[in-house]
Amino acid sequence: MTTASNPARTWGPALGVVTLIALVLTALAIFGGDTLPDRTGPPIEELSVEQTMLTPGEIALSVRNTGADPVRVAQVFVNDAYVDFSGGDTAIDRFGTETLRLSYPWQSEQPYHVSMVTSTGAVIEHEIAAAVATPRADGGFFALMTLLGTYVGIIPVVLGMLFLPTLRRIGSRGVRVLLAITVGLLAFLAIDATLEGFELAEEAGGAFGGTALVVLGALLAFLALSALDHRLSRGAAERTGLRLALLIAIGIGLHNLGEGLAIGAAYAVGELALGITLVVGFAIHNTTEGLAIVSPLTRRRPSLVRLLGLGVIAGAPAILGALIGGTVTNPELSGFLLGIGVGAIAQVIVQLVPAVRDKAGRLLDPATVGGATAGLLAMYLTGLLVTA
Amino acid sequence: MTAPESPEHDQIPPSRRRFLLGGALAGTAGAAALGLGGALTASANNGGSGQPDHSGGGNQIGHAHGGGAKGPTFRHGSTVDHEANGFHPTDILRDFDYGRTSRTEDGRVLREWDVYASDEEIEVAPGVKYPAWTFNGRIPGPTLRCTEGDRLRVHFHNGSEHPHTMHFHGMHPAEMDGIPGLGAGTIEPGGSTVYEFDAEPFGVHLYHCHVGPLAEHMARGLYGTFIVDPKQGRPAADEQVMVMHGFNTTFDGEGNQLYAVNGIPFHYMHEPVRVKLGELVRIYLINTLEYDPINSFHVHGNFFDYYPTGTRLEPTEFTDTIIQGQGQRGICEMRFKYPGKYMFHAHKTEFAELGWMGFFEVTE
Repeated sequence: MTTASNPARTWGPALGVVTLIALVLTALAIFGGDTLPDRTGPPIEELSVEQTMLTPGEIALSVRNTGADPVRVAQVFVNDAYVDFSGGDTAIDRFGTETLRLSYPWQSEQPYHVSMVTSTGAVIEHEIAAAVATPRADGGFFALMTLLGTYVGIIPVVLGMLFLPTLRRIGSRGVRVLLAITVGLLAFLAIDATLEGFELAEEAGGAFGGTALVVLGALLAFLALSALDHRLSRGAAERTGLRLALLIAIGIGLHNLGEGLAIGAAYAVGELALGITLVVGFAIHNTTEGLAIVSPLTRRRPSLVRLLGLGVIAGAPAILGALIGGTVTNPELSGFLLGIGVGAIAQVIVQLVPAVRDKAGRLLDPATVGGATAGLLAMYLTGLLVTA
Repeated sequence: MTAPESPEHDQIPPSRRRFLLGGALAGTAGAAALGLGGALTASANNGGSGQPDHSGGGNQIGHAHGGGAKGPTFRHGSTVDHEANGFHPTDILRDFDYGRTSRTEDGRVLREWDVYASDEEIEVAPGVKYPAWTFNGRIPGPTLRCTEGDRLRVHFHNGSEHPHTMHFHGMHPAEMDGIPGLGAGTIEPGGSTVYEFDAEPFGVHLYHCHVGPLAEHMARGLYGTFIVDPKQGRPAADEQVMVMHGFNTTFDGEGNQLYAVNGIPFHYMHEPVRVKLGELVRIYLINTLEYDPINSFHVHGNFFDYYPTGTRLEPTEFTDTIIQGQGQRGICEMRFKYPGKYMFHAHKTEFAELGWMGFFEVTE
């Protein structure tokens, strides 16, 4: 505590060290580079296509340089025919982006293979699995995404919460089993989102960290929710049921953000099977999420407004996710957002575990193990109904 | 992502550049065009039959063709710097190199050429640089032309950083075959040799490097046309050479990213081949394409007599489309009946849309 009273004594030496480090690094940058030979290999040219926009007679690619060296796209051919294009007149630097607009009479539902020839003759390829006119981000599009998000997010979650009166009659042992089921449900969501996040992040060039971004998102979300939990629990020890419900709602909400992303992105590239399969599939799948939210509330009588609020917190991010997914297709951003959902869910699981223990402090008895298993299986099986 | 080797010619020592330039100045014939330090371009272009004028400016392109549904094209407004490349496809079309002529002791015509191998960075499509290996700094190499029965003496100088040879199609002794292990064998960098043989049989042939890996030595650009005229000659005509080839810019050995005649893809779309209405047009057509098994030639609005390999004076076919495998060649003779523009291209349309297409422009 004596040093704290004299900040100069604490920070003075630290400042000196930082200055020294800066000086040495600068000197290294200026003189040290010359002591090493240049790279012996060819230039490392990489472009990651972040967005493909198809309008009649035009294919627009939003590309980002994810390699080490500048990339100049000299010519482009589509399905083995050179095309006129605009954009990218100069070299794209590392992390830089450009939009290349190719004049090409593409046909709906056909696959296309875009080859970008760089100034060194290297070819960077991009596949369009099936060409579909990109939806314009207009009012109709936003309305549709909002509707989708409401169908797959808010409505099922709120429906699931209707189980609350039933849950109240099942006794403390029943509640423990129910919470175990919830843990199982959430664990499945976390694993599923992690795998999806890794898959997405690997798709991109990895310039921003790739799969590490998913882990980073998860850790940040976990830490942030832990801090939030710490804050909420201060001076409100008796309201632990509602606090837990809120945390679960936030966790599931962050997860549904990722789910919305997948839906929006799939819609934008015309891969989303809209209609009854999607809505019913998600409804059944996400109804279980509503169950998870109300499971800590069996001993309380929260107001209807509060319950609705929890439902919106858990479900509405699906709308936001769908909007982001439908307009921005940066795979690494999507991976990061999915990671946030994973971290949030992990934090919720940590919160739930104490309530699963019986009076003797045992966590795993046949009832809770059975509950967790049932939760995992329920998510797996209802997940099969979902096509996005 | 594939990336080509970095171009090596940047590291050519100055002494070798001087050697090359000296060679170009010493050679009195041949279209030798050698870049000197990227700043100065020496261009010797004499010999050969009369060359019609063309606008020839390095950077100018005619009207833009194609785009969207109107067909393939490079990015509009982009063009190759022919001057920096040191050769121009419009020149190559009618550039026949008859060599320096003298008489042998027994009174025959002796033709001599100097041919230099060199490593050149060539802009093969607007904005795309390709580390090429060339004969006389151009792709295709010079069109060497002679008459049946002439004595031929080709002085070959290897200014490349890689070993090369010149292997001629034709009839000659084994030691003049220009392959590793026979005669002079492989010519190492800085080395020279002389290939000497009689011109036979008459027809349209080719020459190319025969050092392994053969596919790469050819694909990098080491090929050219070798024409042996029959003693009695052929009817007067507007004579042209078209060498069909490609560039595998990724060096993956699987197909090509660019296809062309006479060096630069789509060139004759911008600068059509100008021909006269009703005049006999004779095209010496050869296929040196690597990595793809066949190539083809098709002309719009017209038919032609085809003389496979040019070794007979009677055509075998009257057609508008012929196929050539690797190393195959022949002569196409046609007259245009109507004025206007007529496309010619590979009827393997993939090659056409990747650069192997052009126009004839027929005028009165």
